[in-house]
Amino acid sequence: MEKLIEEFSFGLFFWQTLLFVGLLFLLAKVAWKPILTAVEERENTIKDALASAEKAKTDMEAVQADNKRILKEARAERDALLADAKKASTQMINEAKEAAKAEADKIAAAAQASIEQEKNAAINELKNQVATLSIDIAQKVLQGELADEKKQQALVEKLVNDIEIK
Amino acid sequence: MNSYTTILQKIQKTTVLFALFFTSFSLANTKEETKSGDLKTEIKEYIAHHLQDAYDFSLFSYTNDKGEHVYIGAPLPIILWDNGLKVFSSSKFHHGESVAEVDGNYYAIYHNKIYKTDANGTISYDDEHHPTNAKPLDFSITKSVVSMMIVVLIMFLLFRNLAQSYQKNGGIATGVGRFFEPIVLYVRDDIARPNIGEKKYKKYMSFLLTVFFFIWFLNILGLTPLGVNVTGNIAVTFGLALLTFLITNLTGTKDYWLHIFDPLGSSMAWYAKVPLYIILIPIEVLGVFIKPFSLLIRLYANMQAGHIVLMSLIGLMFIFKSWLGSPLSFGLAFAISLIEVLVALLQAYIFTMLSALYFGFAAEEHEHH
Repeated sequence: MEKLIEEFSFGLFFWQTLLFVGLLFLLAKVAWKPILTAVEERENTIKDALASAEKAKTDMEAVQADNKRILKEARAERDALLADAKKASTQMINEAKEAAKAEADKIAAAAQASIEQEKNAAINELKNQVATLSIDIAQKVLQGELADEKKQQALVEKLVNDIEIK
Repeated sequence: MNSYTTILQKIQKTTVLFALFFTSFSLANTKEETKSGDLKTEIKEYIAHHLQDAYDFSLFSYTNDKGEHVYIGAPLPIILWDNGLKVFSSSKFHHGESVAEVDGNYYAIYHNKIYKTDANGTISYDDEHHPTNAKPLDFSITKSVVSMMIVVLIMFLLFRNLAQSYQKNGGIATGVGRFFEPIVLYVRDDIARPNIGEKKYKKYMSFLLTVFFFIWFLNILGLTPLGVNVTGNIAVTFGLALLTFLITNLTGTKDYWLHIFDPLGSSMAWYAKVPLYIILIPIEVLGVFIKPFSLLIRLYANMQAGHIVLMSLIGLMFIFKSWLGSPLSFGLAFAISLIEVLVALLQAYIFTMLSALYFGFAAEEHEHH
């Protein structure tokens, strides 16, 4: 201890304190304050950047969820539309089919009717012609037969007997 | 950087070895004729001399053919206050070998202190062999002061440069600052913040950072072959610890003083506290002084011890003078010097850490229970 006190140099202590305190104030002003401020600023910037990145991530997630939902809705809507369209087309086809069938039936019926009509007309025509021919033949036959009175009489009788009313 | 320091250290150690080797060679030549035991005394004296501050900055010395000591280095200014300011070069002392005459006054160096003497440099002693000569107030720029000036300059340039690099480079350090920035942050995040607390740590940061780098750089400088031993000097560590002491007590809160003078608080009736406080308060008050005192002794003793061990191991080489012993003590000296690099950092850390701890005590404000 005595040796320590003996070793103590006041001059060195004086210079050490002077230099150190001088350095302390100088560096506090020139170095430590700007360094610590700069580092703190940088740390805050990083913190902010991280926070905003986190926010962007959650935002992105929300957007993605939204997108998914919209897509799902769109898909459902599309499905509904498709189903509707299918239904409508089936209905249309059926209606068309029915209409076509009705038309065809109508045409067929009309054709049948006209055939019937034509047939009847043809039959009538045939009947008329047959009648005319018959009358002509009969006229000629009669003209031949009716040369004498007796024969005429016989014939009339016979004809009258033969005629059968239909 | 660490490996870099180690390599540097290695180179420096080799240099110091060579210096010592040549010095002792010439010493050995002259002494061998007298006594063989003198080498040990010589080394002991050399170590004791190295551990002390010096009035000149000598790198090494040798004895020339004429038997004169030749010193390689530079003289430093001597500043004395002895009925007026006396400034002169330390070369006047011729390395303590002669008496310096200034304005009709005579001064001599005895045991590394300047005394006022007569023209012949007579020193008178008292019964306990202490000099009775007058001691002028000594403000000399010694080797330690020069070393501190170098460190102050290095720190100023280094950290001003770091501070400026933030502005130039958009908040990111460049160059050598990149190495020191994490250390600054370490002091802030692992020394100041946990010990002092988030609220108050900022006002102590300047001191903690300055003291950390100041001690560290001086410790490292002490490992160079320049042979300075600044942090192993009691006056320097006393100055540093005194500042810690002053800052602690000047920034002490009400709670801090209450803790010293009323440690038990309202947990006990006053008549019960009185007998306890007769013992407790002196202990607490003593603690206020012991804390910084331990700081100054710890740093001083550690650095001093490191230098003694290292120098002794180097000195051993010249005592062994054998092919086996010398490499062995070289290996040991090398290993110890590696440990000293660690100790240099560790002691700076411990000083800063404990200062922060004491500031934490001073700054504490807790809820009253």
